[in-house]
Amino acid sequence: MKTRHKRLVLIGLGLATLGLATWLVLSAFQKNMVFFFTPTQVMQGEAPQGRSFRIGGMVEMGSIQRQPDGVTVRFVVTDNAQKLPATYKGILPDLFKEGKGVVAQGRLDANNNFIAEEVLAKHDENYMPPEAAYAMEQGHKARQGALAQNGNAPKEAK
Amino acid sequence: MIPELGNYSLMLALALAFVQATLPIAGSFNGNARWMALGRTTAAGQFAFVTIALGCLIHAFVTNDFSLTYVASNSNSNLPVYYRVAGSWGGHEGSLLLWVWMLAMWTFAVAALSRQLPDETVARVLGTMGLISIGFLLFMLFTSNPFERLLPAAPDGRDLNPLLQDFGMIIHPPLLYMGYVGFSVAFAFAIAALMGGQLDAAWARWSRPWTTVAWVFLTLGIFMGSFWAYYELGWGGWWFWDAVENASFMPWLVGTALIHSLAVTEKRGSFKNWTVLLAIIAFSLSLLGTFLVRSGVLTSVHAFATDPERGLFILIFLAIAIGGSLTLYAWRAPSVGIGGRFALVSRESMLLVNNVLLLVAAGTVLLGTLYPLFLDALGLGKISVGPPYFDSVFVPLMVPVLLLMAIGPFARWKESLVTDLARKVRWVALGVVIVAAGLAVALSPSPMAALGILLALWILAATASHAVERVMHGPKGTPLLRRIASQPRSYWAMIIAHAGVGIFVVGVTMVKSFETANEVAMRPGDSTSAGGYAFRFTDLREVKGPNYIAARGTFEVTKDGKPVSILHPEKRLYTVQQMPMTEAAIDRNFTHDLYVSLGEATAQDTWVVRVQYKPFVGWIWGGCIIMSLGGFLAAADRRYRVALKKRSETTEAPTAGAATVKAAAVKAV
Repeated sequence: MKTRHKRLVLIGLGLATLGLATWLVLSAFQKNMVFFFTPTQVMQGEAPQGRSFRIGGMVEMGSIQRQPDGVTVRFVVTDNAQKLPATYKGILPDLFKEGKGVVAQGRLDANNNFIAEEVLAKHDENYMPPEAAYAMEQGHKARQGALAQNGNAPKEAK
Repeated sequence: MIPELGNYSLMLALALAFVQATLPIAGSFNGNARWMALGRTTAAGQFAFVTIALGCLIHAFVTNDFSLTYVASNSNSNLPVYYRVAGSWGGHEGSLLLWVWMLAMWTFAVAALSRQLPDETVARVLGTMGLISIGFLLFMLFTSNPFERLLPAAPDGRDLNPLLQDFGMIIHPPLLYMGYVGFSVAFAFAIAALMGGQLDAAWARWSRPWTTVAWVFLTLGIFMGSFWAYYELGWGGWWFWDAVENASFMPWLVGTALIHSLAVTEKRGSFKNWTVLLAIIAFSLSLLGTFLVRSGVLTSVHAFATDPERGLFILIFLAIAIGGSLTLYAWRAPSVGIGGRFALVSRESMLLVNNVLLLVAAGTVLLGTLYPLFLDALGLGKISVGPPYFDSVFVPLMVPVLLLMAIGPFARWKESLVTDLARKVRWVALGVVIVAAGLAVALSPSPMAALGILLALWILAATASHAVERVMHGPKGTPLLRRIASQPRSYWAMIIAHAGVGIFVVGVTMVKSFETANEVAMRPGDSTSAGGYAFRFTDLREVKGPNYIAARGTFEVTKDGKPVSILHPEKRLYTVQQMPMTEAAIDRNFTHDLYVSLGEATAQDTWVVRVQYKPFVGWIWGGCIIMSLGGFLAAADRRYRVALKKRSETTEAPTAGAATVKAAAVKAV
């Protein structure tokens, strides 16, 4: 085989590998990319049905309920603007607590209940997951917006 | 007083680093021997001062000096003393100091063990390492100084995060950092070669043992992290494709490619350009990894309360280090040359395929790790990419690597005949297929499990047959032990490391395919089962540790009514931070682990319990340790010492290199 042919074969093989890798990456991204939504966005119907996504926010005070089977837990995730009911079956991370930040991955059921497949553990009492912090911030903005509107309305009526 | 001494030492080290980074390099270009000699002196001085600084910080931890902000937020007077020592690197500031100390140590080692290298090369290598050191010392002194005082002093510390209070904390960070920082030597050698425009087989032989040792430490560091996560986090997971794990895995993948490509450069003088590029990439990824961990941009196991304000400094530093070295590469690489030719089927081409696949795999991991960060930084939405992405991209790329890994050693340098290769491996291939088919019928596993087992058997059998053939080939009448000993250490190193990969693949496949877990609510007296074992919850009592209180369960494990073991999982509450922790109990066996962890108490005496049966999980780490052993053996090969001595007698490196190549070619035949 001539040097030129050899080089062509090598280049061809390299391109084929890159092509395969690109195809793998793109298809894997398409299938497995997980988007993040705040409770407000979920309640407004922005979250996809039948596809896994992430939510973040705070665990509402007094919302954790253990179901009779002892393994399933219901709780409410809030961004202080909206409340999203969630269910998880299994052992929760040690730092999962009411009034603390939480990030979970899962999907919506037919009743707009969030079925968590995974509750992400955090590893420091003072650590707020960035996603949870972001959701709280958005929730805060949404509430302020709502307050401003409500506040303005009566004034205009006068 | 002592913390100020530490601070002062760091400043002196910085001053020395400036000298080390400038004069020796300048001297190497204008032939000033005194300036070049400064490289060794400053390296020794820097090592001494950084050691003093680290000693001062450890002293502050041991003596509970809570007037230091860093000590106050990472230690507590109730903390056992060995965790206080490890607490020195438990946070961002201290881990940086450990990093710098390791860098100083590697630099000092290079300075001390490079008597036989040309002065110019030593000066340039040490100068490059001085540049890296400047970056880190500046970063530490200006943004994250561990010796910062806290006024007024705290009465007691906030305690080390309970997750970190473990033996793993004592050795995982130092091992990992030894690996990360070790690649700086390979990087410095590459930069020195680019500066000089000269890169030959001798160069490859100098940097090879350093790179291999760094790779060994990185392997051990990753192994230790995985092993630790497995028992500490209470899930029984051993790899999460977490961004920080990826940050250590990417340099490992490229480092693995690098040690293979260095072999080609040393033996055949080929791949020169490529080797230099790999060295640059491996260290760049180490830098990226170091910063990703604590920059606060990641949601991760390792993202403890962090401070994102350091981001800018980090970005600038990364841009200078990576951008600068790549620019130098683009400018100088053509003068380095590509090197010897080889045929389409040859050991070189096999190793090239290995390199390309490993690099592409590292690229896909990089993409999956950074893409969400980019989108977030650009305000284009928050996404995450989880394990399914990595599994579905990484596994297909690794299959050809594992397949070829077994054949590679059979191929000859320069040119190999396909028929010849096929003849050598046909019986092994046939045997493996038959055994795998038998297993498939007996166990009826999933396609992935069957593929994994097939690959693992293939690697183990082909590697073993290569060794057997090599040993049997020797002169007749020699005793077996002498035949084994007559092979160079680097040969056995390769066999052992490859066998380690095979064992690792067995572990991963078995645990992924056949593990079982069961989560149930239990009270004392209840039973559950997993993997054919019965777990009876017999007792629960309260115990007290030095800085925690715990609920301690007792589980009797039986199989077919016969007692197997008694396990004591705990749920601890660390009193200072009021932080709960799951302490899993594991019964480790050669072929399986039994894993019990306590969830939470749901009602009086009722606990959510997770019991798991994990077949062959220990083989994962066994494989890693065996790979590392192989690496150590390779670095200990006699030729690095013998050849180096010879080299100092001859002046021209390429001739020595060519001679070795001939000798190797003769041996390989």
